[in-house]
Amino acid sequence: MTPILSLHDLHFRYDGPQGREALAGLSLALTAGTITAILGPNGAGKTTLLHTMLGRLRPTAGEIRFEGRPFSAYSRRELSRRIGLVPQSEHAAFEFSVLDYVLLGRTPYLGLLEVPREEDYRAAEKALATVGIAHLRDRTVTTLSGGERQMVMVARALAQRPRLLLLDEPTAHLDLSNRGRILGLMGRLRDEGFTVVFTTHDPNIAALVADEVILIRRGRVLHSGPRDEALTADRLGETYGLPVRVVQVDGHPIVLTQETSLSDEVDLDAQLG
Amino acid sequence: MPQRLPDRLHPPLARRRPCAALVLLLLLALSLSLFLGRYPHPYWMPPRLLHEDALAARLFFRLRLPRVLAAALTGGALAAAGLVMQMIFRNPLVSPGFLGVSQGAAFGAAFAILFLTSAPLAVQSSSALFALLGLLFSYRLARHLRYGGWALRLVLAGIAVSALFSSGVGLLKYLADPLRTLPEIVFWMLGGLWAIRWESLGYVALLTLPALLLLYLMRWRLNLLSLDDETAFSLGAEPVRERGLLLTAAVVATAAVVSVAGIIGWVGLIVPHLARRIVGADAQRALPASMLIGASFTLLCDDLARLLLAGEIPLGILTSLFGALLFAVLLSRGMIGGRR
Repeated sequence: MTPILSLHDLHFRYDGPQGREALAGLSLALTAGTITAILGPNGAGKTTLLHTMLGRLRPTAGEIRFEGRPFSAYSRRELSRRIGLVPQSEHAAFEFSVLDYVLLGRTPYLGLLEVPREEDYRAAEKALATVGIAHLRDRTVTTLSGGERQMVMVARALAQRPRLLLLDEPTAHLDLSNRGRILGLMGRLRDEGFTVVFTTHDPNIAALVADEVILIRRGRVLHSGPRDEALTADRLGETYGLPVRVVQVDGHPIVLTQETSLSDEVDLDAQLG
Repeated sequence: MPQRLPDRLHPPLARRRPCAALVLLLLLALSLSLFLGRYPHPYWMPPRLLHEDALAARLFFRLRLPRVLAAALTGGALAAAGLVMQMIFRNPLVSPGFLGVSQGAAFGAAFAILFLTSAPLAVQSSSALFALLGLLFSYRLARHLRYGGWALRLVLAGIAVSALFSSGVGLLKYLADPLRTLPEIVFWMLGGLWAIRWESLGYVALLTLPALLLLYLMRWRLNLLSLDDETAFSLGAEPVRERGLLLTAAVVATAAVVSVAGIIGWVGLIVPHLARRIVGADAQRALPASMLIGASFTLLCDDLARLLLAGEIPLGILTSLFGALLFAVLLSRGMIGGRR
């Protein structure tokens, strides 16, 4: 089966005198209909990788293929109908209503001078319902909590009807209950046929929801494979550069560092989410 | 299921009616303004005079009609440009006046008057060119500043560039012939529409109307371009190019009206806030609402400029007066800015 997205020997270097090589010969393939976690320490190149998958950063060398066709064979609009992004956070300077905000997800289907039509409103309402936030429809985005805003951004990406959904650190700013809600939503989206990719620096988030895990460090893939094969003490220790312990709770691996091991009874519930 | 919280609601359908009301307001202001003036007596000219008094009819068609239309066009263009700039710079506190555009246009006009010719087309082209330069300088400078966030840097850079151009205007005024060219330049600094005839209205309309049409057609896209770059990109836009297009249209419209009307302050800053307050933030409605409110506001200010004293009060003084008062009221009621 052709992977939905495949990256071959990708290199990327940021401009500027001290521009370091953020991606250094990175290759990977994503299987359609799975949740993949891109896991690595801060500065490993996760966000760079995500933006390369989006097409926003052009690799200095290497090739990206979507469903077997190279990125260069797609127009910007065609790609935006296939790949959606849920950014880590977003600054809302104006008091848009939630519906107006989600409606912006219909942009790939509208020309430069067009305004949304009836069917676009329907798609936006449907996306709100899928995410389970139809009740927020008429609120203004500036009055939402962090968790609600994250859900609205997911709904906007769904209104885009992409096949591949990229989420940048989806749990970074969320409390426990909102974290649970977004992870549950990712599971539901996978069950509905979306391919979901997210970045995280927290192995326990990957353990909770991912089918596949890609471990990256210094712009390279250290290991890529099913969750339980990737989340081992050895591999995580190599990725993060410190000794870790992995324990199993309810069939989910839980990753503990030396410090958290001292109080793991107390921390287990919090780590589970 | 999270609990539903009480909040201000923005049902989209309920927001259509205000726009119709604003069209009516503008039509009312337009027709009222045509009969306001100081001929034959101060304040009001009875419509029957159009048939009975040849001078009244000439005044009406040759002076008042183009002037009233110019006032509406000026206000509509400045307010639309203000909204567009606020949205694409993602900062509710910018306006053409804050980014070096107005002062740039004034410098360009003074430069043309002093060194080239005061023919409208030359003055307009020169002011449009320098308006664009003013914006470019502000933008470049903001990129290089090492202080504060992007919004603050833009405002700071705009202040610096505006000051630079206004000292340039000061220098040109100093060099100008006090009898011939100086009065023309001073007219700039105050802003007014007393010199408007059909020809000058034609020049302005030629540049302004296509620019406004483009802004209107791209009104929904404007929402998208008010988001972060990465989001706009992921939704299929080319943010840099599209912002550049909208910004150019906004600056052309601003420069065109400023080149015949001089500096008309505060319309571009305050009217978009008022519009968003009435119809919501969605530019689909906020842009036309800004145009309509801006047109009515400027028209009514211009009526006062013509009416209040035997001599004219410069329009820019009145728009600044009422604009600043309105700003103070909105600000003190917490109605400005979207973040909380």
